[in-house]
Amino acid sequence: MKALRKLGLAAMALSAMTVNVMAADIVIGIRSEPSSMDPYFHNLTPNNGMIGHVFTRLVGFDENQQLFPSIAESWKAINDTTWEIKLRKGLKFHDGSDLTVDDVIFSFERADGYEGGNSSFRTYTKGKTLVKVDDLTLHIVTEMPYPLMPNDLTTVMIMSAEAKGTDSSGKNKGISAKDFNDGLATIGAGPYKFVEWKKGEELVLEKFDGYVGPIAQPWDKVTFKFIKSEPARVAALLAGDVDAIDQVPTIDVERLKGDPRVTISSGISNRVIYLHMDQFREKSPFVTAKDGSEIKNPLLDPRVRKALSKMINRDAIVKRVMEGIAIPAGQLLPEGFFGVSPNLKPDAYDPAGAKKLLAEAGYPDGFALTIHGPNDRYINDAKILEAIGQLFTGNGIPTKVVTMTKNVFFKRASSGADGEPEFSLVLVGWGSGTGEASSPLKSLLATHDKSKGMGASNRGRHSNPKMDELLLKALATVDDAKRGALLAEATDVGIGEDMGIIPLHYQVNTWATKKGLKYVPRTDERTLATGYVPE
Amino acid sequence: MTVFVIRRLLQAALVVFIMSLLVFGGVFLVGDPVEMLVADDADQAERAAIIRSMGLDLPFYMQYLRFVGHALQGDMGNSFVFQESAMHLIVERMPATFELAIAALFIAVFLGIPLGIYAGLKPDSWISKTIMTTSILGFSLPTFWVGIMMILFFAVIMGWLPSTGRGDTVDVFGIPLSFLTLDGLAHLALPAVNLALFKLSMVIRLARAGTREVVHQDYIKFARAKGLSDTRIIGVHLFKNIMIPVVTVLGLEFGGLVAFSVVTESVFAWPGMGKLLIDSINFLDRPVIVAYLMFVVVLFVCINLIVDVLYSVLDPRVRLQEMKS
Repeated sequence: MKALRKLGLAAMALSAMTVNVMAADIVIGIRSEPSSMDPYFHNLTPNNGMIGHVFTRLVGFDENQQLFPSIAESWKAINDTTWEIKLRKGLKFHDGSDLTVDDVIFSFERADGYEGGNSSFRTYTKGKTLVKVDDLTLHIVTEMPYPLMPNDLTTVMIMSAEAKGTDSSGKNKGISAKDFNDGLATIGAGPYKFVEWKKGEELVLEKFDGYVGPIAQPWDKVTFKFIKSEPARVAALLAGDVDAIDQVPTIDVERLKGDPRVTISSGISNRVIYLHMDQFREKSPFVTAKDGSEIKNPLLDPRVRKALSKMINRDAIVKRVMEGIAIPAGQLLPEGFFGVSPNLKPDAYDPAGAKKLLAEAGYPDGFALTIHGPNDRYINDAKILEAIGQLFTGNGIPTKVVTMTKNVFFKRASSGADGEPEFSLVLVGWGSGTGEASSPLKSLLATHDKSKGMGASNRGRHSNPKMDELLLKALATVDDAKRGALLAEATDVGIGEDMGIIPLHYQVNTWATKKGLKYVPRTDERTLATGYVPE
Repeated sequence: MTVFVIRRLLQAALVVFIMSLLVFGGVFLVGDPVEMLVADDADQAERAAIIRSMGLDLPFYMQYLRFVGHALQGDMGNSFVFQESAMHLIVERMPATFELAIAALFIAVFLGIPLGIYAGLKPDSWISKTIMTTSILGFSLPTFWVGIMMILFFAVIMGWLPSTGRGDTVDVFGIPLSFLTLDGLAHLALPAVNLALFKLSMVIRLARAGTREVVHQDYIKFARAKGLSDTRIIGVHLFKNIMIPVVTVLGLEFGGLVAFSVVTESVFAWPGMGKLLIDSINFLDRPVIVAYLMFVVVLFVCINLIVDVLYSVLDPRVRLQEMKS
């Protein structure tokens, strides 16, 4: 019907776009579809974002990943190893039942013991014992002091213990992912109720009138339409089929800014794009002398890594390759995040300084490199890598650039034929899910150690006992100020002294809406209906 | 005829078996699904647990045997991403794709054959020349580009038709169909035309070539001499004889329409099987890729069989040859 009406009003179509802004329904064209409606099935940005409308968490993340009380009214450490959580009064699930500590414990148990699924929330639930004090008071006990407790509580969504009857025996408490996908168990206490999920097509949510809590409910009905293709998403917005889209392609941003029908909202993300360098092999497979003969891996020397960093013209990459939609990076997280170092600034483009450092390290004539990266994972990833290849080549390090599709690249970058990272220098990115510096330090720069679960994504195998020690100390320090200082110090060692990774830039995410609306950009890259507000 | 069908079925079984090995082997060699699915901050133990739960710790032959064992019982495995039956995911998307393919075929046949016959009967008129020139465009312009241009013109600039998605559906015997609602038809129009363009051009050319050949044959002249009306000559005698190549090619092309409408489905965010395939390849969802390709193999084998049978019904000469061999 809508289309036919438009037919008659063809001439007025453009002006019609700006009307209807105050209508309380919103259709959002979104790039990535969640893989399930089960809140513990897959710890993935689209899942966490979209299911989070239906299920809320104890503690919430605001748009800057700062904590706010959501289901929990307050939280405090009552001694070194016990946190006391007070629940908000009067919270109701969508089926009308009350939310109590029992539901919280049920949710954590199901999340912790989840079988199957694509990556669990066990990282955030392990080592925590939940003890019920009364219906609205919960104690969480850990063996060691655990300062990241409030951050961890932003992850596990709280579901109703009676979502599917009271029988909770069997795998995953007797509730399958399908029960959630069909809507049977999709009963949370969040601001929006689940209506329907048509896979590959759309997810429909409806405002929950009984919602109690701090999250605004600007819309009565929310429809997420999954439009993966970039031009199609932009076209859907311009055609008025959707009210808003996420992940605007960088090449379209300039043009859309000039379009009177569209508002662009953009904000920095917690995702840093960086280079990882082989720091564990005496002979690295993709580093040779200029004549192609084997040499000792020069990337083992921090001076060489610093020289490479100085060869990169971050400003030019941001301006030319990223069309200005990125911010040069000097460490793991942008300014303003918890635990960032005040001492680290992005390295300036300094060919002379780079030459000097190379000479000091014993490579006055340089060497030859082949660098690798994905071509469909990060914004403009292949173009960035090509620019870096040219900068290296221009500064005396002849460089070949090889890019490949992400589903081939990541396997080889993490564990090649012999189970070790295959490449010598790779471009990758990292988004800090906890919104503070310990997560990237732990995964990217801490010594790779399976038994401790450290350095899981340390594809360059950077290792420095001094940094490890600072990090472990920080992870056991409850006092916020002290912990922040320790994390900053660890970053100073891992990047400032070692250049364990070369940070390139922080991604900036862009959302587009029709005129009259705007999006409050989020650092965690989630696209939430509650973030769309009148301009 | 029976022997012919049995022989074709045996050949088909062999094709299916060889394809299963090729497809499974090919998919097995590419990348690591766990890297695609796992959360960034998962530690090594978590990764190992997922690898085990997907059965990826087993050697290739074990994985293959397990797959064949389940497949023989009709179970194509569970999707890594959704952890639902892969076949179920495909079947769920099937109506959307079939609807799109049938709509495209409909456009191709009901526009293509008349236009082709006209161009064949009056090859020198300017209308025929226009038809033939336009059909060259249909052949040579890439589908995704035409799709985007169509969106740009009909949806963005003119605002006549919606640019994306499937629109309202009505359940008929439990199958959601969108061509029965106005909104559904509006959503179907652009993707169906986009998908049909190539086939349309082909049908036009086939029908024109057929007409040009048949129209000079003796039996047509005889029919004219007998005083039959033009309508009857063209509608019956000519039409029947140009249909043989059209049916053969369209049969095969229908398989292609269903199996590889990937580009159109991506551009128009049409929730069909092609979009599922692309998403599955991106996530390395091996069971869905394998199940999909096996489905396509079986589909093609069936269509070929049907076309062969139809062919022998349409053309007695084929039947005679088969009997001799």
